[in-house]
Amino acid sequence: MEKSLTRDPGFWIMVSIGLALMILGPILIDMFTIMQITQYVVLSVFALSLAYIWGFGGILSFGQAAFFGLGAYTFAVSSIGMGDTTVPLLLSFAVPAAFGVALGYFMFYGKLSDVYLGVVTMVVTLIFWKLANHTAGPEYSIAGVRLGGFNGIPSIPTINIPGQPDAWLDPAQLFRFFMAVLVIVYVALRILIASDFGRISIGIRENEVRASLLGYDIRRHKVIVFAIGSGIAGLSGAMWATYQSFIDPNAFSMEMSAKALIWVMAGGVGTLLGPILGVIGLQWLTLQMGMVDFLNSLVVLGAIMMVLVLALPKGLVPTFKSLAVAGWTLWRRGRGVGGRVKKVASDD
Amino acid sequence: MDYAIVVALEMVRAVAWLVLLAAGLAIIFGMMRVINFAHGEFLMLGGYTVVVSTGAGVNEWVAILLLAPLVVGLFGVVVERLVIRQLYGRMLDSLLATWGLSMLMIGGVTLIFGNTVQGVATPFGGVRIGTYQMPIYNFVLIFFAAAILLAVWAVLKFTRAGLIARATMQNPNMAETLGIRTTLVYMATFGIGSAVTGLAGGLLAPVTGVVPAMGASLVGQSFITVITGGAAVITGTLSSATILGTISQGTTFWAGPVYGDAALLVVALILLRILPQGITGRIFKRAL
Repeated sequence: MEKSLTRDPGFWIMVSIGLALMILGPILIDMFTIMQITQYVVLSVFALSLAYIWGFGGILSFGQAAFFGLGAYTFAVSSIGMGDTTVPLLLSFAVPAAFGVALGYFMFYGKLSDVYLGVVTMVVTLIFWKLANHTAGPEYSIAGVRLGGFNGIPSIPTINIPGQPDAWLDPAQLFRFFMAVLVIVYVALRILIASDFGRISIGIRENEVRASLLGYDIRRHKVIVFAIGSGIAGLSGAMWATYQSFIDPNAFSMEMSAKALIWVMAGGVGTLLGPILGVIGLQWLTLQMGMVDFLNSLVVLGAIMMVLVLALPKGLVPTFKSLAVAGWTLWRRGRGVGGRVKKVASDD
Repeated sequence: MDYAIVVALEMVRAVAWLVLLAAGLAIIFGMMRVINFAHGEFLMLGGYTVVVSTGAGVNEWVAILLLAPLVVGLFGVVVERLVIRQLYGRMLDSLLATWGLSMLMIGGVTLIFGNTVQGVATPFGGVRIGTYQMPIYNFVLIFFAAAILLAVWAVLKFTRAGLIARATMQNPNMAETLGIRTTLVYMATFGIGSAVTGLAGGLLAPVTGVVPAMGASLVGQSFITVITGGAAVITGTLSSATILGTISQGTTFWAGPVYGDAALLVVALILLRILPQGITGRIFKRAL
């Protein structure tokens, strides 16, 4: 992070690609494909939430789905209850973030170790999943909206223009809106990571003891990072709910948490681009694998996860980066230039 | 009066249940500081071993007490050799890898046996306590929970293998210097922990029925019990199972099983806020 954000070409390239896709996508690509891509956009926001807290805050959460589901249910209940989707969308960020603060307080002020943290986040997700499955009866309703147990909540409204509950977005507009959310989340996270706050989180990730000896309150810091990640995950849950117009307790499932972890691992921990590529690659792969009869998605996900941990611990983007650098220097050396330069450059 | 006896027995049963669920995991965690995220699927494997072997005509008790621990224990040794061993010192990676294993196992078993509940007949009938009926099998569970803890304690305390295990637990480097092959100790630990888990899975099979995804409903309780207990295998498991078991069973009586689970988590969170290393991290520090 030595470079300032405005001078990083990668940042501008990413933002331009995002904006170009947002504006030109619905014009150039047919509607069915656009609706497919919308799904990737939503899941990319979800992936970014974990990419941020894990890669730039050093918090490995095994329960990102808890916040995803919480956001989805918050949106479903409040949008059906209110009829308008603007406030529910904000709530779907605020409620999971508030829950993230509460859970984070217990975990980080208790100074739980990494393993305990993983277990607690996982168990919280399991409990949410069980509770959500348990809410089948009519007595479980919030503001007249039945939670529906394992059947879930149907007919969740599409996003509408603020203040006009009848002006629903059509699929192209929905895609543009979601792309805008993705770009905003990406830009906001990049700014946050480049800010003083972000530098401190990275410092904490690198060495907690050193950071606390330098006078930073690592507990408070981690709670904030965790809450931001929770809020973003909740927002993506709301996007998922309105995209599918339906939500069931599987939003809280372990599979959802695992997918987020796999996207980030595959793309590379400590990058924001990687996890987005991870979403695209792995969702596409699951789609292809789904057509093979004798495999089910759990086998595929589990196998990918084990292979990633055992064979590619750094993830695809960093691995390719170092391979590319190695290949480049090798090629230059082969041509007899820059052999010496490399030696100096490799000191960093 | 009868009701009080039933409630008390149910609480003891809840404690025994947690001990059974957590014992194998606690052995592995206490020794290697590795949490096996595929623990629920090891239980499931134990259950399926019983289902398949009783289906093939093996006596139910032979299946539960002999085959289930054997199969799951051997499976554990293989897993340790192929996966866990590669990840020593990379604790979080071992969590990720075992979670991958867990999904692989759920998916694999679903492919082989299908996603249906397979039952095993519950041995023995019931016993009458006043106007209430209670399955005798509950007492079997309580007996085996106590037996497992006693056996682990006796092995650790009185045998040479236990001595080596305790040495490795306290200071692996020193143990290695004194000529103990710690890698072998770890392999054995993982195998034994898995075998105990398999036994537990076999014992629970008649109560819960067996489905590929049954692990998901059991691991929560196992994990909470182990991390609330802390690193000491016996004291930790017993103390946290007692606290959590009575509270969750009490809540279950009062509000229903799902809230019992939620209460378990809330109590565990509060306990961990006060005692971040688990109960045995501060109290009973030198205990086994």
